[in-house]
Amino acid sequence: MSSQTLHTQHAHADEHEHHHDAGATKIFGFWIYLMTDLILFATLFATYAVLSHSFAGGPTGKDIFELDYVLGETFLLLFSSITYGFAMIAQHKGNKQAVLNWLAVTFLLGLGFIVMEINEFQHLIHEGFGPDRSAFLSAFFTLVGTHGLHVTCGLIWMAVLMAQISRKGLTDTNNTRLMCLSLFWHFLDIVWICVFTIVYLMGVM
Amino acid sequence: MSHGHVERAGAGHGSFKTYLIGFVLSVILTVIPFGLLMFPNELTHSTILATILVFAVVQILVHLVYFLHMNTSSEQRWNVTAFIFTVLILAIVVVGSLWVMFHLNHNMMRH
Repeated sequence: MSSQTLHTQHAHADEHEHHHDAGATKIFGFWIYLMTDLILFATLFATYAVLSHSFAGGPTGKDIFELDYVLGETFLLLFSSITYGFAMIAQHKGNKQAVLNWLAVTFLLGLGFIVMEINEFQHLIHEGFGPDRSAFLSAFFTLVGTHGLHVTCGLIWMAVLMAQISRKGLTDTNNTRLMCLSLFWHFLDIVWICVFTIVYLMGVM
Repeated sequence: MSHGHVERAGAGHGSFKTYLIGFVLSVILTVIPFGLLMFPNELTHSTILATILVFAVVQILVHLVYFLHMNTSSEQRWNVTAFIFTVLILAIVVVGSLWVMFHLNHNMMRH
């Protein structure tokens, strides 16, 4: 009898371990995806670096970049990184409502970033400084736009995940998804550090 | 042990304290380079350039450690290995492109 119980417990532990490994493998797989995404950004950064002085008589970075505006965007992303961190702490404690609240705050901060970026792009295009003006601006719009597109995808994912968590709760599957989105979100903040340093700060020098 | 769950091998998890440390360091490492360029100062062009690049690298490391929880533990070994390999590829792509294009421009101007 007691050996039977032991056996069942052992089998259960095995099953748990198996499930656990599946989640961990997914997260590692997602990490590999992020690394390939990093190479995508590296090629765009290389392109930008090569073309960053090909102004074709158009505006230079000094003419069009407003650092206080970019600092605002940077802080929105930075705040969204820490609020996502708080969501992960709440997830670890198993507090579903807190996870949803922090995700909502993160979503709004990310949305604020995207709205600011679209506004900046629209302003530049309106002034006649669109991606067709010079090689510098083509590279600028491609690089910064690709980052913005990633953030937009992250926001859509976050909205879907919030719906899934509110319906099904903090299940193992949802926890794995939360972890992957966490990696994605922090990864985008790291790419943004490179963007504001290489594009904006070096652009106004 | 409740430490397990899904985070073990894929990535670590942080505490309120580690997130806060990462955040405060990031704010400092962001504000200083912006400040150097937004407010007039006596520093030379190359000093400012070196400073903002160093601050960017340090801030990336801060994000990797405090937000992405990278560390040298055995559970993280493959994540770190993949990351280091990617950084190598990244360096080849970026430095290689700049090197080739710089020489191309240089040679085209001469002839």
